[in-house]
Amino acid sequence: MIRFENVSVQFDQRRVLHDISLTLTEKRIAVVGANGSGKSTFVRLLNGLQTATSGTVTVDDFNPAKDGRKLRRHVGFVFQNPDNQIVYPVVEEDLAFGLKALKLPKDEVHRRIDEILARYDLTDFKTHPSHLLSGGQKQLLAISGVLVMNPRYVIFDEPTTLLDLRNRNRVERAIAKLDQTVITVSHDLDLIADYDRVLVFDQGKIALDDTPANALPKYREMMA
Amino acid sequence: MIAGLYIDGTSPLHRAGAGIKILAMIALGTGVFLIPDWPVVTVILTTVLVFYPLCGFGPSVIWAQVKPIFWLLLIFFAVQLWLNDWQAGLLVIARVAAIVLFASLVTLTTKTSAMLASLERAMGPLRPLGVNPEKVSLAISMVLRFIPVIATVASEIRDAQRARGLDKSILAMVVPLLIRTLKMADDVADAIEARSFDPDETAS
Repeated sequence: MIRFENVSVQFDQRRVLHDISLTLTEKRIAVVGANGSGKSTFVRLLNGLQTATSGTVTVDDFNPAKDGRKLRRHVGFVFQNPDNQIVYPVVEEDLAFGLKALKLPKDEVHRRIDEILARYDLTDFKTHPSHLLSGGQKQLLAISGVLVMNPRYVIFDEPTTLLDLRNRNRVERAIAKLDQTVITVSHDLDLIADYDRVLVFDQGKIALDDTPANALPKYREMMA
Repeated sequence: MIAGLYIDGTSPLHRAGAGIKILAMIALGTGVFLIPDWPVVTVILTTVLVFYPLCGFGPSVIWAQVKPIFWLLLIFFAVQLWLNDWQAGLLVIARVAAIVLFASLVTLTTKTSAMLASLERAMGPLRPLGVNPEKVSLAISMVLRFIPVIATVASEIRDAQRARGLDKSILAMVVPLLIRTLKMADDVADAIEARSFDPDETAS
């Protein structure tokens, strides 16, 4: 369970999030809003990439402000541009990067890598240079790099923005099949149409908090 | 591109430890220059060339390693021809080619991660001096990883500026490249943090 209690974030003189209080228990949660509305700051609070200026964030038993490193193994984060997330030059090496911190036996590392590559049809690319993958394959590798850590939550920050339709659909299917709780920031409203809950951000506040069926038509009106 | 040199395989050289291969490379490089002797250089160059097919690499792979330095070798030969004679020129070419071909063979048969793991072990004794081998290793891997990414960004910017008729302006190329690279560095730092990298923890 994720809980926000009176959370505000301020950068210099600019308040980015205003007094957010809510509890998230659903399996699929979408976060939408205009550019600069505070939605990315909101999700960055969940794994300690951002700390609250005031208020408290709790993710299960973790406090992101205090348990940053432990929490990041619990809450995976997939960024918009996979090129900025893939750190190693070869596919399997990049997948092993995050696992290094878990200090797993070698056999377990190999097992997890092979399993995740098979899940996303990337087995043939195991020893390929990561920069030679297609945009969709790179995004799937970035997702794999997070999932190989077995997180409890996965945050997606605009995961389909840079993809063509075919790859967008592949990523959508990949997200839909996840067992983890998923929190997706997106401008792609079709991607989140089947989600359990939508939070609409506007100027650092939650303007709407409802099911997609109720929230998305109102959000479209807001953005018209 | 530099990051894509490793070719998967099961040859004895593929299976050999990265540390042994790096030590052999250092020994070969030193040996070839300490003993500028035709029989020695010929044996070493032939041995290196024989290793290529043994590792499953054909003549095209050998040529791909020599091609980038082909003109440099010709210049070395010309200088030696001018200063000494053609035999001296050929000897210099053979020595440089032996070193480059063996270094390439090591890169072609060794995964970056194995190479970096050896480097981390070798740098272990420097830890009391404040050197963090994990950070050095990550920095090297990121250089290898991001050379092609930055090359792609540069190409995009060049196309965009060409479309605006600014293809001759160095400033129009350098400024956006610098800004995008710095922005990318920020994003990559976030991503590394998000992926739980802790150099102090992995070191223990």
